[in-house]
Amino acid sequence: MQMDNMEDTGRQTPLVTARQEGLVACTRCTRVWPIGTDRCARCGTALRSRDRGSLQRVWAWLAVGMICYIPANVYPMLRTRVLFNSSDDTIIEGAIELASHGAVGIAIVIFVASVMIPVGKFVAIAWLAYSVAKPLSMEPHRRHKLYEVVEFIGRWSMIDVFVVAILSALVQLNFAASINPGPAAITFALSVIFTMLAAQSFDPRMIWDTNRESLSG
Amino acid sequence: MKRGPRMADIASDDPDLEELIACPQCDALYVAREPASGERIMCRRCHHVLIAPRSGAFGRIVALAVTVMILMFGATFFPFLGINAQGITNRASVFDAALAFVDGGWMMGLSVAVAALIVLIPAARAALVVYVIAPLALGRRPWPGARRAFRWSEDLRPWSMAEIFVIGVAVALVKVSDLARVEYGPAFWMFAGLVVVIVLQDATMCRWTIWKTLEDRRP
Repeated sequence: MQMDNMEDTGRQTPLVTARQEGLVACTRCTRVWPIGTDRCARCGTALRSRDRGSLQRVWAWLAVGMICYIPANVYPMLRTRVLFNSSDDTIIEGAIELASHGAVGIAIVIFVASVMIPVGKFVAIAWLAYSVAKPLSMEPHRRHKLYEVVEFIGRWSMIDVFVVAILSALVQLNFAASINPGPAAITFALSVIFTMLAAQSFDPRMIWDTNRESLSG
Repeated sequence: MKRGPRMADIASDDPDLEELIACPQCDALYVAREPASGERIMCRRCHHVLIAPRSGAFGRIVALAVTVMILMFGATFFPFLGINAQGITNRASVFDAALAFVDGGWMMGLSVAVAALIVLIPAARAALVVYVIAPLALGRRPWPGARRAFRWSEDLRPWSMAEIFVIGVAVALVKVSDLARVEYGPAFWMFAGLVVVIVLQDATMCRWTIWKTLEDRRP
């Protein structure tokens, strides 16, 4: 391993990308190879300097994710029965019900995880994909930050599905009370999974390419 | 934000490709340098952590992964939570929670998915990590298929949702608490411990070091 003693002081040489040097980087193990190499010999991952098909996959997964999100909010998520009263709650109704029982903090957690994060993610992914294709956009650092947040936070929307799973398993008290899952649980879970796939399909290296470079293929 | 200390930029002379490292997030190219233990090398442009080795990490990762497997077994089948209302009690294990969707026919798929996300995938990841790292920790050559195993383990990482499940449990407990009295089973504490171990294990893993060791010791 080469030891380099260049100090990281104010004097920094301009950054070079692997692509500019005629190299292709493995996004899994960070090894570089001459451009045109098919597969990384270190970890076996397929190599692509920039993933051209990436945007199409992003839009496709995103579209399916958004479609699934509609029934997830229209149909009930939870069917609660206490003695002879039963009620069907959608995601929003569930959060409101929690808040009305005084659990405002938990209601906020559910609202953030099930409404704000998914909707925010749809907008963010769409905007990232759009900004790569049509460079009118804000600074790469901020877009990259947005990408990191989207990647990190997407999984947390699953909370509500797990809440439904635990409640349905736990609250089965014969005639006294029972909780069962509603159809929205499945479409909501699918929506989260599809948006995670959309975010994973995005190649963040495209954020950093200048317009000309990304057009020249 | 901390900068990658003394991470050299590519020089005009042509170093060996093996000594270069490219940021997977923004494609910036650097000459790799083995940092001191505990030091983190970040991409100068996008601040993605590129190299973050810990001394004795291999042994620790294996120990943590074995712990995950043992705890996961217990946490799945021991009683997790119980509730009591008007003399009627019901206990549920994590396994029951995963099977909560079984009755509805087409909801079956969701049960399979939940079981995978909270039990099977975290356990599978732990097993794969042991398979890949145990020989490295002992200073041996990697076992056959180690590269594929580590690829799988990395692909599964975003889908391992045990920590999210724990937050879900907290929310569910608040909902249940005005309906019934809650009892905590042994599996509840096992699962809570499990999440801490999983987070520790992920923080100890330096992917670059593992890939490099797999390459250097390839049979």
